[in-house]
Amino acid sequence: MSRDAAIEAENLVKKFGDKAAVDDVSFSVPTGTVLGLLGPNGAGKTTTVRMMATLTKPTSGTGRVAGHDIITDPRQVRRNMGLTGQAATVDELLTGRENLRLIGSLYGLSSDYIKRATDDLLERFSLSDSGNKIAKTYSGGMRRRLDLAVSLIATPPVLFLDEPTTGLDPRSRLELWDVLRELVNDGTTLLLTTQYLEEADQLADNIVVIDRGKVIAEGTPLQLKDQSGAASLVLTVSHADDLPLAEKMLRAHVAEVHVDPGARQLTASAEGLQHMTRIAGLFADSEIELDDIGLKRPSLDDVFLHLTGHRAEDTTEPTDETRMTEEVPA
Amino acid sequence: MTNIDRGQRLIPRPQLERPEIVQTGVLRQSLSITRRNLIHIKRMPEMLMDVTIQPVMFVLLFAFVFGSSISIETEAGYKAWLLGGIMAQTVAFSSFIVAVGLTADLEKGIVDRMRSLPINPASVLIGRSISSLMHSSIGLVVMSLTGLLIGWRINTNVAEAALGYLLLVGWGFAMIWIGILAGSAMRSVEAVNGVMFATMFPITFLANTFAPTDNMPPVLRTIAEWNPISSLTQAVRELWGNDYPLREGAALPLQHPVLATMIWIVVLTAVVAPLAIRTFNKRTAS
Repeated sequence: MSRDAAIEAENLVKKFGDKAAVDDVSFSVPTGTVLGLLGPNGAGKTTTVRMMATLTKPTSGTGRVAGHDIITDPRQVRRNMGLTGQAATVDELLTGRENLRLIGSLYGLSSDYIKRATDDLLERFSLSDSGNKIAKTYSGGMRRRLDLAVSLIATPPVLFLDEPTTGLDPRSRLELWDVLRELVNDGTTLLLTTQYLEEADQLADNIVVIDRGKVIAEGTPLQLKDQSGAASLVLTVSHADDLPLAEKMLRAHVAEVHVDPGARQLTASAEGLQHMTRIAGLFADSEIELDDIGLKRPSLDDVFLHLTGHRAEDTTEPTDETRMTEEVPA
Repeated sequence: MTNIDRGQRLIPRPQLERPEIVQTGVLRQSLSITRRNLIHIKRMPEMLMDVTIQPVMFVLLFAFVFGSSISIETEAGYKAWLLGGIMAQTVAFSSFIVAVGLTADLEKGIVDRMRSLPINPASVLIGRSISSLMHSSIGLVVMSLTGLLIGWRINTNVAEAALGYLLLVGWGFAMIWIGILAGSAMRSVEAVNGVMFATMFPITFLANTFAPTDNMPPVLRTIAEWNPISSLTQAVRELWGNDYPLREGAALPLQHPVLATMIWIVVLTAVVAPLAIRTFNKRTAS
């Protein structure tokens, strides 16, 4: 049965004092698939991963990794998973090779195997030339790759990645995505947390959105994006005088147009790529000069706004106002 | 939740080929971590300054600056007498080494990385302890050589000489727990440095380490003579034959310094170790 769940969380709760950082979170990740745990800072993503990786004990609830219970059988869980934390936790004073060797020997792998696996991993993560240099000299992207390589030394069937691309430049991010896709193709099950909808969209088969410790939505990336509205087309005209004409042209094709005179920008809801190219062609044939034309996809912020009614970065309770008016006795 | 939404996911995945994972003991795990800590010293030899340049400087400064005005009525004089004190201080400072190393590992997430592996969590602490004891031992060798150069000699037999070194290492062991406690309780390397400096310096100076207690004001003298560092210093001096007769009515621990030191080592370890382990577990589990 290859379709069994490789990772399962069951009503996980973690309280720090009275505050619940994670409040009744459940999910299931079928073997060989990727689950994206999406949420803003402080939503409880890291705490959830730490519980699943046996680093933090849940206040209640439990979970299973590769079929082993995280509470009753943490050692088996640790044998079957790799963890790459938010900051690259490579040892800076050790070389790439020494980092791999240390973790390999702690796993209890034979030194022959470690030697072979180290060469293989350094090669796979384009670190062969830097294997004998100390990790302090590595760039951010190289450190992340080494960190990931270290997590993979024992070929764990389950891999936890806590914000694997935070702080990386776009190129390193794309490289890391490729590496992760390869891993999934080889049969690894991934649980990754991210603040970026795009990242979840690129990598995940399923997404669980959490906010303030609770699951507020789940589904495929497509389902979530559909829920949070379509993409929009953003046009910037070169001359503010053209704005009224441009608006008129757009209105002929699109129901909803928003004009921002200050930025000389028009935003229109776009219904598919064909629609967009048609509009772009329309403007190319006209007298109106454009500085920029682009498609704006719904961001995590938009998803959040849609799902929760507050922005992702919000730390205050946006529902307080409505709640207060509701609670006022008539 | 199905995952049929994306067609390509329907292709069955290959089975991962996993290497054989052998259950290793806590000793092998600890030694792997020790090895890693020793590589750190190799890469950053300045980490050894606290057991090399610093105590050597202390020996030379005290021996030649203060030495001329402090007279000790032994054959070899103040310099030879001083050495036991400096050694006791350096070993006491080994708590520093542990605390700083541990805090750095906690801060950088290295401890979490280790805890995510199928190892006995104790090996992180044991590995740290072993490397710290080796670190301190380097200090003992360096100071012994410095001592030999400025005229210090062991005037007793091999057994007593060895017992002296053994007490120093034992003391270093007890200090490790204080280091683990401080390292787990504090949030940054800077905080560890600050607190350890502010406590370890007065504790190691308010003793018989650098100046005889005989002429201290009574209150200070009582504190100094009951200070565990004084027991260790006195024990080492006696075992190496660098001491001079105690004054009449010296505090009890100084009259039986070897026994007193052993008791201190046991008591300190018994009290601090459980506290240190609990603090470490609490810190790492949150």
